[in-house]
Amino acid sequence: MLHIPLWRRIFIWSVVALGLLLALPNVFYTRVEQANDARAEIETLGSTPERQAAADAWPSFLPSGLVNLGLDLRGGAHLLAEVQVEDVYAGRMDGLWPALRDALRDARGEVGTIRRVDGGGDAITVRISDPAGMPRALEIARSLANPVTTLTGVGAQDLDVSGDGDELTVRLSEAERAATDDRTIRQSLEIIRRRVDEVGTREPTIQRQGEDRILIQVPGIGSAEELKSLIGTTAQLTFNPVVSRSGDPEGRSGPQEVVLPLLEDPETFYTLERSPVVTGEQLVDAQPSFDQNGRPAVTFRFNPTGARAFGDYTAENIGSPFAIVLDEEIISAPVIQSHIPGGSGIITGNFTVEGSTELAVLLRAGALPAELVFLEERTIGPELGQDSIEAGQIACLVAFVLVLALMWASYGTFGIFANLALLCNVGLLFGLLSLIGATLTLPGIAGIVLTIGMAVDANVLVFERIREEARTARGPSRAIQLGYEKALSAIVDANITTFIIATILFMLGSGPVRGFAVTLGLGILTSVFTAIFVTRLMVVIWFERRRPKTIEV
Amino acid sequence: MLLRFVADDTNYDFFKYAGATFGASCVAMVLSLVVWAFMGLNFGIDFQGGTTIRTQSEQAVDVGAYRAAMEPLGLGDVTISEVFDTSFGEDRNVAMVRISAQDGAESVTPETIAAVEAALQEVDPSITFPSVESVGPKVSGELIQTAILAVAASLGAILVYIWLRFEWQFSVGAVVALFHDVILTIGIFSLLQIRFDLATIAAILTIIGYSINDTVVIFDRLRENLIKWKQRPLREVMNISVNETLSRTIMTSGTTLIALVALLVLGGDVIRGFVFAITWGIVVGTYSSVFVAKNVVLFLGVKRDWSKPDKTEGNQFANIDS
Repeated sequence: MLHIPLWRRIFIWSVVALGLLLALPNVFYTRVEQANDARAEIETLGSTPERQAAADAWPSFLPSGLVNLGLDLRGGAHLLAEVQVEDVYAGRMDGLWPALRDALRDARGEVGTIRRVDGGGDAITVRISDPAGMPRALEIARSLANPVTTLTGVGAQDLDVSGDGDELTVRLSEAERAATDDRTIRQSLEIIRRRVDEVGTREPTIQRQGEDRILIQVPGIGSAEELKSLIGTTAQLTFNPVVSRSGDPEGRSGPQEVVLPLLEDPETFYTLERSPVVTGEQLVDAQPSFDQNGRPAVTFRFNPTGARAFGDYTAENIGSPFAIVLDEEIISAPVIQSHIPGGSGIITGNFTVEGSTELAVLLRAGALPAELVFLEERTIGPELGQDSIEAGQIACLVAFVLVLALMWASYGTFGIFANLALLCNVGLLFGLLSLIGATLTLPGIAGIVLTIGMAVDANVLVFERIREEARTARGPSRAIQLGYEKALSAIVDANITTFIIATILFMLGSGPVRGFAVTLGLGILTSVFTAIFVTRLMVVIWFERRRPKTIEV
Repeated sequence: MLLRFVADDTNYDFFKYAGATFGASCVAMVLSLVVWAFMGLNFGIDFQGGTTIRTQSEQAVDVGAYRAAMEPLGLGDVTISEVFDTSFGEDRNVAMVRISAQDGAESVTPETIAAVEAALQEVDPSITFPSVESVGPKVSGELIQTAILAVAASLGAILVYIWLRFEWQFSVGAVVALFHDVILTIGIFSLLQIRFDLATIAAILTIIGYSINDTVVIFDRLRENLIKWKQRPLREVMNISVNETLSRTIMTSGTTLIALVALLVLGGDVIRGFVFAITWGIVVGTYSSVFVAKNVVLFLGVKRDWSKPDKTEGNQFANIDS
């Protein structure tokens, strides 16, 4: 009656053993964590005796996956940033202006003289003196457009060109804006990731959230402020033509010109053309080095496009000064001595060695393409997290002991099976969480508590049912079998409804709600498995050995 | 001898006072709504925006001095409350400083936080700030929306699932019971002015999960008994079902409560509000599965005899045999 085939027994025990094995590293949390860190360091920085010793503290043949502790347990900083994607549109337009200007000038005979008027940051508005030439101007502007390079924007052009009377307006098309937004977010993600990695903290979470948000969680960092200054340094590098030099910050400047101070001498101002010749985005490499006078400098290299633009400009403007602008400040304004064709150059200025190294790192990591606005920031001190863990551990231990004792007192031998299964359940849950690298937070712990409640419930349902059946059924083996069979539908229905909730929470929720959903959802899987299969197998094995005439449940 | 909380054969009449229990539930729900309407919820920064700073000091917390130190900063609404916990030692005095969102600022201003920290350090040099959390008003609005959406979607999904697995009357009964639990939880949070934040939403969802679990187990037994006792009145069958599952209900709620009370007492002040919500919810949820969900099903009535055809005369599927 209570037969379970051998292969199924083996399967059930293997799953339990595998789960417990995967959960094992969490018992030796600190040791495994240090070993994992040491291995990662050996990989990148090479081996030292200390690192080797730390790595050997945990045998490499054992699993080493750990449940990540969330910031509320470990301490660290949490930031939610919104990327100002619109920033990029203006930059794109400024980049387009010289090409449009030159193309329209070449057609001066048809469109007359041209003048750029202020049309808002994200558009170029050009007034032409001969309105009859508008069709020709539109044609020229459209010829500068390129197809949008995304799957969804097939056939769309990146520019929206329109003419009204004598005004020509060029702006980015909807499809291109969408594509640009996406690119901007990806680029920001990548740059933030590189900057956070430079600090070498453990397991930062950097992920996109929604349309234009980025979530950054870094455990172990002292404050959100620190994290912000780390990722918020923009390092926007451009190379602009110099129009004039003066000592007046309010110096005269045309509509497409800008006045910026010189970094080493804030009394000196230069008037620059707003449209850069090359930008830092076209930079492929930057290294700290020294100039011919032995002073710290930064050497850099452009990609082919940048190299061509830089080469052309230097060839045409020998003898004119040229400004290297970093974050709205002029680092230096050297005079172009000769044509620089290879796309590499050197930034000299009043640098210290640290300064040049830092600049090189910033340039290499690239500039954030758009400004970040921080919507949410949380700092959780490590000692607070430690307190929570300790309090939580004690509470869980006490809760566990009480529940186990109550089950044993109520169901005797069967209670012990349920207790063993409950321990298996928690082990399996931690194994699963370690396997997928989930993050455990305080609400997540609540999910585990609820899971324990559910796991107890499934066993209670079965035992109560066996108890009922034992009163009427013929013989204990029949009672056990009926008990399991009849309790099944209640267990399944109750757990499926809860699982539905967990799934919805996972899909809709974020932050703590999601952490809760993960442990609850996985916990339901493991508790159903242990309640239906593991305890049953234990009961069957016990029954086969003892062959009791009556059972006491 | 094994421990028994409930005798093997109980025969309580759970519906003897159906009017009273159901009436009490209705009154409690209305009271909760009234309290909610008049006192409002003590929203945490998750839902209202603003900044909370947790302070810890070796000296006793002097709320008045803190307030005086922050007065010149002109931060508008500032709440300072001392936190007590059994696990704190003599040299651990904790307070929470809550600053409401500053007008017009979409994002968080680090200058404000720095100014507040400096001002407090002035009062008490040993003060430290174990946690500082700021949420901009833009995000908090969205957090409320997604939280409501998550709760609503869960209720909807449960409605559909139980309707498919049982009958629509059960589904209505279960969802009414869930509403009951959620509203009573909001009521108690409002009454005691416990901080209501994202974690509380997670707690409410836990309550929904537990309560539905409890309700489904009893429904499952009811469904089984409805097939077994075809001729008995619905009321009696329901009583039998509740009595049969009573032992299990007490056992499961009991073990879960034990675990939660341990967390409540020993788990530290950070999660106390959260655990309190769940504990309350388990009690209310257990009550509602017995006294609310089934009363609704009883009122609505369930079709008992499947051997007779429906009264469907007159529609397009009229019974040809009759």
